[in-house]
Amino acid sequence: MFLRVTGTSTVAEGKVDPVHQFTIEPLFGTDHWAIAGHNIAFTNSALWMVITTLVLIVFVGGGAKKAQVPGRWQMAVEGLTGFVDTLLQSNIGDAGRKYLPYVFSLFTFILFANLLGLLPLALVGIHPFTATSHFTVTGVLAIMSFAIVLIVGFAKHGFHFFSLFVPHGTPAVMVPVIFPIELISFLVRPFSLGLRLFVAMMAGHVLLEVLSGFVISGTNAGVGTFFLAGVPSFLLMIGICALELLVAGIQAYVFALLTCVYLNDAENLH
Amino acid sequence: MPQIAQLAATYASQIFWLLVCFGLVFFVIGRGMLPGVVSTIDQRNKQIADDLGAAEAARAAADAEEQAWRIAEGKQRAQAHDLIAAAKAEAARNTQAALDAASARIEETTAAAEARIAAARAAAQGEVQDVAAQAAQDIVSRLAGLSVSAEDARGAVQGVLAHG
Repeated sequence: MFLRVTGTSTVAEGKVDPVHQFTIEPLFGTDHWAIAGHNIAFTNSALWMVITTLVLIVFVGGGAKKAQVPGRWQMAVEGLTGFVDTLLQSNIGDAGRKYLPYVFSLFTFILFANLLGLLPLALVGIHPFTATSHFTVTGVLAIMSFAIVLIVGFAKHGFHFFSLFVPHGTPAVMVPVIFPIELISFLVRPFSLGLRLFVAMMAGHVLLEVLSGFVISGTNAGVGTFFLAGVPSFLLMIGICALELLVAGIQAYVFALLTCVYLNDAENLH
Repeated sequence: MPQIAQLAATYASQIFWLLVCFGLVFFVIGRGMLPGVVSTIDQRNKQIADDLGAAEAARAAADAEEQAWRIAEGKQRAQAHDLIAAAKAEAARNTQAALDAASARIEETTAAAEARIAAARAAAQGEVQDVAAQAAQDIVSRLAGLSVSAEDARGAVQGVLAHG
């Protein structure tokens, strides 16, 4: 069963509901698309994840030429690949190469999802949906990264992996105290990883929505409030838009970077 | 907040479609396209490194070649100098010898010519004396009617000639 929860677009006259943009609306498959009783309807969120995937495949596919002298497109794809490769190299070392497909997929998927969600397509009547503003999405990505860390850690080091929770040079008397602290900080990782991205994306979009609400209601309330509230809010929005583009990149980078750092723990263990 | 309000209803759909999309990205891009991109980058970097190495080696070879050429050039220059000096000495010697030979020849010729001149002068002198003696004989016989012998005439002429 799929609950049709459609947020109201306007709470009251002239007021904009800033979280309405995160509402998931099923597009089709509401009735009978299910796996083991769980409905898997194709929603606007799924649509934008598919769009992200397609854009990504077109982007990388278009640049995956094997020319010895690269064109612009190939240069862009190779630059992005080189960026992630450098990230892995500097955090994990030579052993990091084998995680390149995963970390590259992670980084580019989050980056493209973030950026596509910021596109001003509402101007032409299409409402972009930021899949990464849902912790169901970011959480799964975080759990995937965490699971890989656990699998690699235990496969490579066995139970010796637990020595990760006892930092080098810890006095023996301190081990009973340090161990639980380190363990908890380790276990919190997937939550912090997933929540950071979700919160950053959601906060940015809410901020933009609230400011645009100021612009609309300020303009509607008369000439005085238009110049007093509407215009400054609009100017601020322009700045925040630029900031959000930066945040979209930074959050994708942070997610990939932290995944690399955690993978380094599993791969090299101190 | 729809993320929480819709959680129960949408989590399965969200997770499923994320896994589908991310799986596609991972397998199509990460596993499918990326190795090609990475190998292209690596190959290019290797090519660049190789080319740089080759260029470096070529430069070293060129330097060595130049050094060798410099040494060979110095040697050849020294050789040429020696050759020129030897040729100069040889030429000077030849010139000297030719000059010596020529001057010897000239001296010889001069001496011969001088001897010839002296002989001619003596002969001429003799003839002049003969003529003068004969003339003196004739003059004496005509003027004084004396017959003077040829020896006396010659002695008188010689005495006059010697006293000038």
